[in-house]
Amino acid sequence: MTVAVFFGCSFIAFGPAFALFIFTIARDPLRVIILIAGAFFWLLSLLLSSLVWFIAMKASNDKDQQLQRGLLIFGVMFSVLLQEVFRFAYYKLLRKASEGLAALSEDERSPISVQQMAYVAGLGFGIMSGAFSMINILADSLGPGIVGIHGESQYYFLTSAFMTMAVTLLHTFWGVVFFDGCENRRWWVIAVVVALHLLVSGLTFLNPIYEGSLPPAYVILVSMAVWSFFSCGGSLQNIQQLLTCRKNDAGSEVAS
Amino acid sequence: MAENLANVLHEQLSEGFPDTHRNNSGEGADRRRVVEGVDQELNGQPPSARPSQRLESEEDEDEELTLKYGAKHVIMLFVPVTLCMVVVVATIKSVSFYTQKDGQLIYTPFPEDTETVGQRALNSILNAAIMISVIIVMTLLLVVLYKYRCYKVIHGWLIISSLLLLFFFSFIYLGEVFKTYNVGMDYITLALIIWNFGVVGMICIHWKGPLHLQQAYLIMISALMALVFIKYLPEWTAWLILAVISIYDLVAVLCPKGPLRMLVETAQERNEPIFPALIYSSTMVWLVNMADTDAESRKKPALNSTTPESQAAPSQSTQGPDDGGFTTDWELRQQETLGHMESSEETRRQVQEMPSARPPAIQSDDSEEMSVSGGGGSGLFHSQRGKASDWNWDWNTTLACFVAILIGLCLTLLLLAIFKKALPALPISITFGLVFYFATDNLVRPFMDQLALHQFYI
Repeated sequence: MTVAVFFGCSFIAFGPAFALFIFTIARDPLRVIILIAGAFFWLLSLLLSSLVWFIAMKASNDKDQQLQRGLLIFGVMFSVLLQEVFRFAYYKLLRKASEGLAALSEDERSPISVQQMAYVAGLGFGIMSGAFSMINILADSLGPGIVGIHGESQYYFLTSAFMTMAVTLLHTFWGVVFFDGCENRRWWVIAVVVALHLLVSGLTFLNPIYEGSLPPAYVILVSMAVWSFFSCGGSLQNIQQLLTCRKNDAGSEVAS
Repeated sequence: MAENLANVLHEQLSEGFPDTHRNNSGEGADRRRVVEGVDQELNGQPPSARPSQRLESEEDEDEELTLKYGAKHVIMLFVPVTLCMVVVVATIKSVSFYTQKDGQLIYTPFPEDTETVGQRALNSILNAAIMISVIIVMTLLLVVLYKYRCYKVIHGWLIISSLLLLFFFSFIYLGEVFKTYNVGMDYITLALIIWNFGVVGMICIHWKGPLHLQQAYLIMISALMALVFIKYLPEWTAWLILAVISIYDLVAVLCPKGPLRMLVETAQERNEPIFPALIYSSTMVWLVNMADTDAESRKKPALNSTTPESQAAPSQSTQGPDDGGFTTDWELRQQETLGHMESSEETRRQVQEMPSARPPAIQSDDSEEMSVSGGGGSGLFHSQRGKASDWNWDWNTTLACFVAILIGLCLTLLLLAIFKKALPALPISITFGLVFYFATDNLVRPFMDQLALHQFYI
């Protein structure tokens, strides 16, 4: 509930995403547009899923806490599925746009590759998801109050920030892997992404037992990072070249 | 006011972007040379085939360049919209003056704190009707003035409205900011500050100035107008006005007898560079302007909204996209001006922040009004809330409206690129903003609140 908490949590939650935006996306207008459109698609999925939840909630008994919690869990699962559906829809849209751009350009190549679009789209999803989860909490952290005054966890803000960062980066990696799976028609990849998303959301049901939700989420984050790195053409050689600052044709391709 | 700014921006950009247009003309010239070279090589072909080929390749080049520059222009619209919104939201959250209800404008005489919901709805409809008719009258007046070549009147009008904005409104704004932060300030210093701000603003807008400074002034002026509107327009009236303005924009631009269309056609007939201010007032004209001023345009003036961007054309046309991008956006962000809104164009500029900046007033009134009987003024509402933030403000709604408006902008520009004719800039953005505002406020907010309560993540 101090300014320090506010700044700390906002940097934890949005630092990586902000850095990614500044260094890789801000300079290219096309990428910015794809990012915003990705955020829009995530927003649409959220809107539809909250509509469904709202209807279910209004149609049911308000007083029954267990039922409401059950409905909320159902809402979360439905929202996750809908997000993945919209990710697929966005993939289709981007494919069409990419073909259009390629057809119109001089050398029949789209100015932006599918992997780049996957990364930007995933980041758009992630930023919007993180922002919606975190911004109201951050605004509240500036005001007066005592965290966990009724016996809840004292680490509410901190764990929210870490979870938000994890979710943002996870969306980015899922985007990369998802689009790659769609491109190469590997449907098991899509199923795994959906399952992992459901798993990560499901783990948050264990909150406030943060040991059950945060470490597994970070384990999944690291494994997704490795998977997406290899799926878009990275290799151990690239890392070696990066660390030894040696330039190579293969290396520069990955960097682009 | 908008016209002023447009005018200034236009002039400014004619000087501010020499390298841009040189580059563009360089590229275009190269392309043209390539095309002509290819044509010359095809000497063996029958003459009829070549012109069509030339036309096709030219069209392809244009389309490609259109899309390439299209993304850049979209970003050029994004940045000012974002900045303006940030300024307005920051002001709303910190300076309480702009959310206090201190009466209403004479344009909206019917009060909204009535006893029944029906009465309130009726009052807001009447208010909106009065406002819209004022706007329509002003637009027609402007068209008539332009038709009869009363340029001096238009000029004078613009100068007076920009004077009002730059000096008076910024004086009020500064006063309120000082009050909020309890800064002691003497009148002499204040006079110096306001004088400098205003004079530099007038110079930048009506004459020349650095490009970034001009853009900064435009953003500040948009924000000032938006704030005035947020203060003096009651909520339901404001929503209604927004909705009706976008419909009016559609009608005014697309109908054959619409005032804006007549304006543009008159200017085209006279074959003169459209009074830039007027152009900008009409949301579509920046493109048409390009078409007209582009002497080397290969396309007919009627066709080209996006040609200028793709043309290897003289400076004016290539600057079009640059300043056009900004001014369109700026128009989009503008709200009706206050005293001198006798200019109809202004009305066209709805502030995009309006949906997003609206939440505090709306939420406080909606939620509190029901529970607090006989409360009046947002001061009472604040005290009722027990939260740190004064109103039941939801940042998610702000963010959702922001994204929706940006996407509306993108779609508008995309439609422009596809249809290549004058289109109204507001309706899509406003519709998206309104839809997402109400949907997020009523559906998403309770969902996200519950999720945050249990710390579930989706």
